[in-house]
Amino acid sequence: MNTQVQEVFEKYPQASRDNLIPILQDIQEKEGFISQESIIEIGRFLNLATSKIFGVATFYNQFRFQPVGKYHVQVCRGTACHVLGSATVLEELEKTIKTKAGQTSKDGMFSIEVVACIGACGLAPVICVNGNFHAKVSKESIRKIIENYRNQQ
Amino acid sequence: MSFLIDVNNKQINAQKGEMLLEVLKRNGIKVPTLCYIKDKFPSGACRMCVVENLKTGKLITACSSPVEEGMNVLTHSPRVVESRKTIVELLLSNHPDDCLYCVRNKNCELQSLSEELQVRERKIRGKKNGYYMDHSGASIVRDPDKCILCGRCVRICDEVMGVSAIDFINRGSKSIIGTTFNAGLNTSSCVNCGQCILVCPTGALSEKSHFVGVIDALNNPIKTVVVQYAPAISVSLAEEFNMPAGKDINGIMNAALRKIGFDKVFDTTFSADLTIMEEASELIYRIQNSGTLPMITSCCPGWIKFAEEFYPEFIPNLSSCKSPQQMLGAVIKSYWSEKSGIKPENIYSVSIMPCTAKKFEAQREEMTREGISDVDAVLTTRELGQLIRMYGVDMNQIEPETADSPHGFRSSAGKLFGASGGVMEAAIRTAYNMITGDELIQFQIPAIRGLNGRKEIKINVNGIELGIAVVNGLANARLLLEEIKNGKNDVHFIEVMACPGGCINGGGQHIGADENSIKARMLSLYDIDERETLKVSHKNPEIIALYKEFLEKPLGHLSHELLHTHYVKRDVLK
Repeated sequence: MNTQVQEVFEKYPQASRDNLIPILQDIQEKEGFISQESIIEIGRFLNLATSKIFGVATFYNQFRFQPVGKYHVQVCRGTACHVLGSATVLEELEKTIKTKAGQTSKDGMFSIEVVACIGACGLAPVICVNGNFHAKVSKESIRKIIENYRNQQ
Repeated sequence: MSFLIDVNNKQINAQKGEMLLEVLKRNGIKVPTLCYIKDKFPSGACRMCVVENLKTGKLITACSSPVEEGMNVLTHSPRVVESRKTIVELLLSNHPDDCLYCVRNKNCELQSLSEELQVRERKIRGKKNGYYMDHSGASIVRDPDKCILCGRCVRICDEVMGVSAIDFINRGSKSIIGTTFNAGLNTSSCVNCGQCILVCPTGALSEKSHFVGVIDALNNPIKTVVVQYAPAISVSLAEEFNMPAGKDINGIMNAALRKIGFDKVFDTTFSADLTIMEEASELIYRIQNSGTLPMITSCCPGWIKFAEEFYPEFIPNLSSCKSPQQMLGAVIKSYWSEKSGIKPENIYSVSIMPCTAKKFEAQREEMTREGISDVDAVLTTRELGQLIRMYGVDMNQIEPETADSPHGFRSSAGKLFGASGGVMEAAIRTAYNMITGDELIQFQIPAIRGLNGRKEIKINVNGIELGIAVVNGLANARLLLEEIKNGKNDVHFIEVMACPGGCINGGGQHIGADENSIKARMLSLYDIDERETLKVSHKNPEIIALYKEFLEKPLGHLSHELLHTHYVKRDVLK
């Protein structure tokens, strides 16, 4: 078994199915995403069907099933951003990097995460790439932003 | 404690602790449901059963609201009917609407509700989902586009079968029901029992059809097409033709199969007798030679896959006997092939089963010899109904006929295989004779009959006390196996049937049968056993002849080659 997953399990000596979500969170914290192997290991650890674990994990937006890309793009879909057109921004972003929200591009360069509110409503619509904020993005500017990151490599 | 509640301005009697839905049902008021499963904890997810609570002015779900003293509800007020109608319209908004092409056409709860609620136009137009169908399983096909997310399949798979192969994936409008990683049934722990199909209100779950292969074979002049049918079929098929549940139409079915064009009509109950000869001998051998005990029956392919996946440590406990379907399949393509001078490759062997897992079993590698499958196609009871209708056979106008010799004669013990406890009862009858040389005085063993999920008795044969356990519903099997792992050691022989009640309630049976129908099928089998005189497998003259002419003796060399098998540990997503 993966030692990082093992370390997580050691934190829960009397684990039951109640601990499923904290365990998933800890594993994502350590590994950056929830791998299929981890789900199978959690199933053995908690004596829980993997279908149920996958069901719970996919219910919540916070869990990822692929490793994040070199550039992790968080798109704010909070109210202020929504009013100022974040849906169009997200759509354009998905088109530009040919990847759906929650997934990682095939070349491993970009991954998209939709977040509820980053707390930067004054900058709406806002995105955050590896911790760097980009304010007032539009359908046009998002392409340039992505292009710049792509050229940086 | 009982009290009165007001329903539609009339007073009716209710018991404390009951759910409103049950009270309404008892009083002849039908409230539509979708997610409701009888005798299971209500989920209240679908909201179809809403009624108007006049005290609070709110709509409440009848399935999950306990009755209260002084309750005052309306079950069909305009507001209630409108709400139900809207639910159906919403469910239809992204539905494929291909009823004419759907396997559940005319037997679909969504269709019926839409009709009952007079949905006559498409008011809500949603985006169609366009999901891929899951054809990966050997027995069951899933069509997520037709799924209305009632969750009944998920609950049956988990609570009754203890398998949990499927669950809800994602959330909100993206919700679907799928297997782990949505990777398809063939990668999952699905045991192919088909109980999910029985509870599915729509065409989202259905059996993998073997129709085309059978029809091609029937039309192929080179092929000799033989058919066998399981013990439970003759008492279950009637319902496909609106006849009373449990009516035994064995003779009519024989005639219908011949009219369709099957060249030989054999009875799997014959090979149930054969299974008993082998299985009883195996049990005695294990007891006398300190073999692995408890021995567990192997007739049920759903159970076998379950054991291979979840309890591989019990593989040595499984009887090595093939199931009756596979025994007859093997005998047809060996003994009968030789006897009739028809080469095995020119025989197309069809079996009619109350079961979807039999489709998987027939395709197992172990069930093939020199590249030829022992059984080529498996039809469910439902598919047989379709076949009979397609070939225009009028079940009300044909005269009963008998099955063909040499594999059409049976004892009533074999017939009992169709109900939980039947394999055990038949095996005990024969094992008793094999050990003592005498016949039992009382053949019926009421303690292991009936629909209870677990039945246990001790019987004494020649001073040996045998612990007998019978379980049905795989969740019950799981409990028993866990007890054995934890030290329970007073059982020697266990019968496991995956489906609750046994094959009479198999996943291939008529959809829409209630508990009374299942009971009627069971009682019909018991009635056959009561009425007929040949009550033991070892006195079946065709079985005696088969051993004399061909197999020589139970557990003999040929038996091992043809009638016994082995099992494999399965690595699946579980």
